[in-house]
Amino acid sequence: MKIIGRYFLFLHSLIIKRESFNTYVRLIVDECIKVGIDSIFIVAIISTFIGAVTAVQTAYNIVSPLIPNYVVSLVVRDMTLLELAPTITAIVFAGKVGSNIAGELGTMRISEQIDALEVMGINSSSFLVLPKILACLLMYPLLVILAGFLSLVGGYLAATLTGAMTPDEYIYGIRADFIEYNVTFALIKSIVFAFLISSISAFTGYFTQGGALEVGRASTKAVTTSCIAILSADYLLAQLLL
Amino acid sequence: MIEIKNIIKDFNNTRVLHNIDGKFLPGQPNLIIGSSGTGKTVLLKCIVGLLVPDEGSVYYDKRDFHKANKDEVREIRREIGMMFQGGALFDSKNVEQNVSFPLDLLTDMPRDEKLDRVNFVLARVGLENVNKKMPSEISGGMKKRVAIARAIVNNSNYLFCDEPNSGLDPLTAIVIDHLIEEITEELNITTIIVTHDMNSVMEIGDYVMFMHQGRKLWEGSKQEILHAEVKELQDFVYSNKLLKAVRSEKER
Repeated sequence: MKIIGRYFLFLHSLIIKRESFNTYVRLIVDECIKVGIDSIFIVAIISTFIGAVTAVQTAYNIVSPLIPNYVVSLVVRDMTLLELAPTITAIVFAGKVGSNIAGELGTMRISEQIDALEVMGINSSSFLVLPKILACLLMYPLLVILAGFLSLVGGYLAATLTGAMTPDEYIYGIRADFIEYNVTFALIKSIVFAFLISSISAFTGYFTQGGALEVGRASTKAVTTSCIAILSADYLLAQLLL
Repeated sequence: MIEIKNIIKDFNNTRVLHNIDGKFLPGQPNLIIGSSGTGKTVLLKCIVGLLVPDEGSVYYDKRDFHKANKDEVREIRREIGMMFQGGALFDSKNVEQNVSFPLDLLTDMPRDEKLDRVNFVLARVGLENVNKKMPSEISGGMKKRVAIARAIVNNSNYLFCDEPNSGLDPLTAIVIDHLIEEITEELNITTIIVTHDMNSVMEIGDYVMFMHQGRKLWEGSKQEILHAEVKELQDFVYSNKLLKAVRSEKER
């Protein structure tokens, strides 16, 4: 409970005594490149393969001749939108960006760079953390959209190249019984996950104490805690919004 | 001038600072000395506001720092320059960006003027042609100089140095000591240096406060320190073999 209270106080400290708007614009752009552009490659690789594997495994499991082939791509689409694109990408994002945020802030803490900011009269938490959180909130939904698209492409390639179904059947399945709200749901999840990953990782890194060993521990803890928070939030959002 | 009154600080029910008083005057280096673990850095952190003392007050030119409102605290902090033990330079920024950082954030100075100011302070601390180097590409002594340049770039009224000589060879340490002394006199700023280096004390110790186990046991100048009749201080001063030899010679 004490840690949760401290976490909320930390979030409060981000929005008080802020620097000028122009300062944040520059920092947010820098962070967007770090958390967004630099994550495209890993997100693209993982989502393409996850889509491909989902298509192959779904086709493998559907053995009844009563079930039409297009159901494979329908399953790939719904799994991608509801779970794989927002949640699996979030786990990857926590591993890449979350650990980076915690490591960076932890190193700045132990090398007194955060103290140096405080002594200058700068709100260090707001200056360092707020741009990271805003950049994640801006970039992560875009990564989820990309992941969703590439997952469907991966499924298409795997399903058609292995001969499990024809291209027309795949496209038909993707368009069949489409519920637009699922896209909204995926984007809501992406915003919640982006906030959880960035704020939890920043909180863990910002309060690191000790030396290099503790920075490593903080990075690991950031990823572990973020993953637990993502999965808990995933369940809660599914219960509340579906 | 900085004045501290009855500073008390506890950590986990253990008292690390016991009623510390002191007056630090402008235009001269003020040294806080003592063995490791005596609370020097904790006292310094209480003075600059990185720690809040449990009791007592810190006055910056009669402004009570720990009772000031948020805007006043911010104002005072913007008059403070601090050199941390390891330099605390921002790893992701080069030397020029590090020194320019307080100007970028805290002033509306035009870009050309900022660059002139950065080059001026870098030249003042004896660094030229290193503007584009990253902190990882310069030596420990150069990092300390960059940290001093960053601390004074904003025309600070107060300069704090935490162990400015740690990790430096004796010659570079003396150069850094003299640099701090010269800057203090030139800018007429109040400088507080935390150190356990007796060479620094004998070089620039115009005002020296000696701490032992969280208590202030003695204060005076470098001329007086060798004749002080405080056992703990004598043990500290004469742990230096050179000074011990000088004392033995005098006694003979």
